[in-house]
Amino acid sequence: MKKWNEQIDHSMQEKRIPIIKIGDYLIVSIQIDMHDKLAIQLQSQILSEIEKTGARGVLIDISVLEMVDSFIGRMLSGMASMASIMDAAVVIVGMQPAVAITLVELGLEMPGVDTALNMEKGIEMLERRLGQKFQNLS
Amino acid sequence: MMVQQAEDNFNRIAAYSIQTENDIVNARQLIRYHAKQFGMGIVDQTRITTAVSELFRNMYQYAGGGDVFVDQGIFSGHNALIITCVDEGPGIEDLDLVMKDGYSSGSGMGYGLPGAKRLVDVFSIESEVSKGTKVRVMKWI
Repeated sequence: MKKWNEQIDHSMQEKRIPIIKIGDYLIVSIQIDMHDKLAIQLQSQILSEIEKTGARGVLIDISVLEMVDSFIGRMLSGMASMASIMDAAVVIVGMQPAVAITLVELGLEMPGVDTALNMEKGIEMLERRLGQKFQNLS
Repeated sequence: MMVQQAEDNFNRIAAYSIQTENDIVNARQLIRYHAKQFGMGIVDQTRITTAVSELFRNMYQYAGGGDVFVDQGIFSGHNALIITCVDEGPGIEDLDLVMKDGYSSGSGMGYGLPGAKRLVDVFSIESEVSKGTKVRVMKWI
């Protein structure tokens, strides 16, 4: 029984959310319902990736997320402020309407977090912010 | 030990145990499934899922886990999905304080209980120090 539990714990630790780098941008697409440790892990993973690559912008796609509770909300807004201290801008893209409604009712308005309707608008937002074109980056 | 039985006019649908962080994720997905089965719209599904996620995390963080009971029943004239969270943790000394917006004793942001309350139609909490806590939420179907 114990062995089985350990195996589950092990596979939980191995679950990782990929971070893709394109030019000065990092693209993260959260495709699974994250447990808390995974959310914290993702936060530090993105920050160390910013440090390693010198990325100026981070796009986090949450269009698949069916729920953002106070913990995940706090992780996202915490990450935005930490990234901004590291001179990188974070844009959360694709939040589902039901998630947006629930977040506001929950009382979590995520101050300082930029959001965009979809990935395309998110990229435009970062391009305006950073004054450079996504396509021209090398 | 708090024994939690389905009340006379409630129908027990399911019971889950929260012991690990992964249990929180699985149980909240199952609650969404039940909400959907009862024909709730996408926004209400999201509300109840988010509310129970806060409650499950509280149980996990402060009581080391607990039990979740899912019932369907009639409450003050409404057909309701009823989720009851029972733990045998340290209990809550000052219920008024934890229900206040912005209060947090742990790593949460303090939106946990008052936030969850805003997302449901009925919210009740009973707690006894060093015995445990019972939180019940209902959402009209």
